[in-house]
This record gives sequence, C-alpha cells and structure tokens, in this order.
Amino acid sequence: MSITKPSLTVLAWGAAALTTLAAVMIFALAPEDADQGFSQKIFYVHVPIALTAYACFGLGAWKAYRLLATRGERYDLESYTGVHLGTIFGVLTLVTGAIWAKASWGVWWTWSSNQLVLFLVLFLFYCAYFMLRFSVEPGARRERISAVYALFGVALIPVSFFAIRLANDFIHPTVFTREGPQMTGEMFAAFCVSWASITLLAYVMYRVELAGKRIDANLRDLREALQP
Amino acid sequence: MSSGEKYVAAAYGVFVVVVLVWVAILATKLARLERETGELARLARARPAGEQADG
Amino acid sequence: MTAYLADVAALARKDLKLELRARDTLPAMLLFVLSTLVVFHFALPADAGEDAAYGLLWVALVFTALLGLARAWVAEREAGALDGLVLAPSDRSAIWLGKSLATLAFLVAAELVALPAFVVFFAPLDASALVGVVLASIGICAVGSLVSAMAAAARGREVLLPLLFLPLAIPLVVGGVGASISPDPGTYLVFLGLYDAVFAILSWAAFEYVVTE
Repeated sequence: MSITKPSLTVLAWGAAALTTLAAVMIFALAPEDADQGFSQKIFYVHVPIALTAYACFGLGAWKAYRLLATRGERYDLESYTGVHLGTIFGVLTLVTGAIWAKASWGVWWTWSSNQLVLFLVLFLFYCAYFMLRFSVEPGARRERISAVYALFGVALIPVSFFAIRLANDFIHPTVFTREGPQMTGEMFAAFCVSWASITLLAYVMYRVELAGKRIDANLRDLREALQP
Repeated sequence: MSSGEKYVAAAYGVFVVVVLVWVAILATKLARLERETGELARLARARPAGEQADG
Repeated sequence: MTAYLADVAALARKDLKLELRARDTLPAMLLFVLSTLVVFHFALPADAGEDAAYGLLWVALVFTALLGLARAWVAEREAGALDGLVLAPSDRSAIWLGKSLATLAFLVAAELVALPAFVVFFAPLDASALVGVVLASIGICAVGSLVSAMAAAARGREVLLPLLFLPLAIPLVVGGVGASISPDPGTYLVFLGLYDAVFAILSWAAFEYVVTE
C-alpha cells in the first residue's frame, strides 16, 4: 500500500486548482440570492461538507464490510480513517450549519432543521465509535467490533432521518424555512465545482492521514523487530 | 462588512481553520515519525553484521 | 432449523432461570422505573401538558432497559462462559437471539409494573401506545444485546454502554412517543416495525463478529 499511488500529487494539485476555481465561481460568478442575500453563499460550503461527511461515513462502512468479509489487514485503518474524517466533516457541518442558521433566522440552533438534527445524532454516534475503539485492546477483536459499529452507523443514517422527520410532527418546533435558492445555472455550476473540490480535498486528507497511520504501525513493528 | 458578509466569512473561515488545524496535527505526527525512523535506523546500523534480522 | 431454535430456547431459559434464582436484575429494574416515574412527577412543572409525561415515560423505559442491558452479559463474563458458548457448535447468532429474548422478558416484566404506574400517576395509555411499547422493546433488546456485548469487551464498560446505546435508541423514542401522542399512530408503529426489522437482522448477522476473538 503506497502513500503516493494512485498519484496523490496529482490529486492534491487538482484539489488546489478546483478550490481556487470554486472560490472564483462562488464569489465572482454566482449571483446573490434575492431572498437571503449574501449569507446564502454559505450554502456553497455547508452542503458539500455535509455530503462529504456522508461519503466518508459510507467509505468507513464499506471498508468495515470488506474487513468482515475478507479479514484483509488493510481495511481496519482504512475504515477508521474514513470514520475519523467523516466525524471531522460532520462537526464542520454542524458549525457551518449553525452559522447559517444564525445568519438566516437569528438563532444558532433549531430543531426544525432535519439535517442539523441528523448530524447531531450522528455526531453522538460516531464519537462513541472512538470511545469504543480506545476502550478495547488492539487486535482482531477490536477491528471487528469497530467494523460492526461503523456498519451500524450507516444503517442509522436513513433510520434517524425518518425518525427526525416523524418527530417534527409532534414536537411542533418553531418552523424556520429557507427559500431554497432558485438556482440559476451559474449557482448550480458553482455548487458542483465546490462540491467536487471539497470531496477531492477530503479524499486527499484521507490518503494522507491513512499513510500516517500505516507508517506509525510499520514503525512499531520495526521497533519490535529491532529491539535487542 | 455587513452582517451577512461576516457570517459568510465565519463559515468559510471555520472550514479553513479546521483544515489547517488538521495539517498542524498531522505535521506534529510526521515529526514524531521522522524522529522514530531516525532512532530505528540508528538501532539497525548498530547491530553487528552477523545478527541482521532476516526479511 | 429446529436445532437452532432449540439452542435459542435453551440459552434464553438459562438466563431466565439464573435470574429467578439470583434475583438481582429484575427487582432493580422494577424499583428503578418506579423511582424514575416519581422523580419525573417532581421534574414536571405544574402546567406541563400530558404530552410531556409521555416523553418522560419513554426516557424511563430506555434507562430502565439500560440497567437490564448492563447486566446482560455479566454472568457469562464472570464465569468465563462466553468463550465456551462461542466455541460450542451452535450458531453464534443463537447466543444473541437467546440473550435478546431473555432481556426482552425482563423488560416486559418491568413494563408490566411501569405502565400501570404511569397510567395511575400521569396519563392514560391507549392501544397504539401499548403496541408502540412492545415494538420498541423488541428493538431495544435486539440492538441492546449486541451493543452490550461490544461494551463487555471493553474497559469502562458501564460508562460505554449508554454512549453506544443512546444514539441508536433515539429513533425508538421518537416512534414510541409518536405512537402515544399522535392522532395518527400508524405511521409511527410502522416505523418502529421497520427499525426492528433492520436492526434485528443487522444485530443477528453481526453478533458473531463481535464475540469471536
């Protein structure tokens, strides 16, 4: 397993280029939203971050499934890194979402935003993943338990989403709505480029972080082999 | 800056800051890995030639 | 198939017999749920609507279940019996099913005390609320047995179990409360059934990976 292949350099430079393009498109090309004004621009960073978080959790779960199905050694660290990055992007979703809520509605939090509440539940769930992982002795058992938990996580995503939707019926929160931006072509293009850039950035982060973990593990083995 | 602009700056700013913090943490880890690699290389060089571990 | 079911029955029966003899989990759960309901009376402000009481009922049920789940694998762990069970020629998932059924029995027993107490102290419960309690209890025990086995493998397991269990319990609370207070409880009951199906199958399939070394 190499850090650099498939070519991490190309991907990293690609992420840099796409991010630059995204910034230009968001702030120079996309028109301002008529209803929400300038603060609507948070949409271009908040939604891709949320989608990327889902993708990372999905990646973590896929690697977890591969671990359980094939017992391949590599999948544990890959699954762990996926979940870790998903959690980071999940927290970012909550924070950017809160900022957007404050900008749109004057409150830092609202229970009526299904996506925010879902990410809160997922945040709790995946924080427990790390507590679980650090409480079990390293070994095959920990790898399997972590993998099962990561799989439960992705099952929880749709189930929680429906639960939160159903809960809105009887919790009767103050319902805030945001007029979905009547997306012009430029807005949609800016969104797509932004989404692509953040996804690519997340993938580069995933590869780099994974490499760090692997090197760490290899060095530990090497140290054991070299100790007199 | 209008308040709308401040919020947008805050949202993008948080994103950038978190990524940079991630870079900093990884840089610290890399420094530690570099140090450990150096130590292990020293250990390996110090071993008498006849005792080279196989593989 | 019948051998499998026989294993499950044997395992569940063992847990029930152990509890009948030792009597440490069930009395604790009964007392806990009653105490919690009394605490809730003092926690609710005078003008809180009935709906708030139903919410608190579900909090009481979830935490009472946690009490039972925390003790679910203790007997096996203390006697080192879980390894023995795992090595036995039966399907590992039968261990999970047996444990879930036994835990369900304890939870239902606690509910047989809690629900009448709730009706007396707070508010009435209609048929859909009761069906909701049954469906949610199944989900709690299915997921809880698996998660409890995970925590059993870890240090700090008493603290870890609630952390692992509560996020997974949130949809059950939504379903249960909805079934109790919504004018259209059918949706919530269907949702609870779906949760049970999805997570029971997942737990059944995944248990073997959690307990083998």
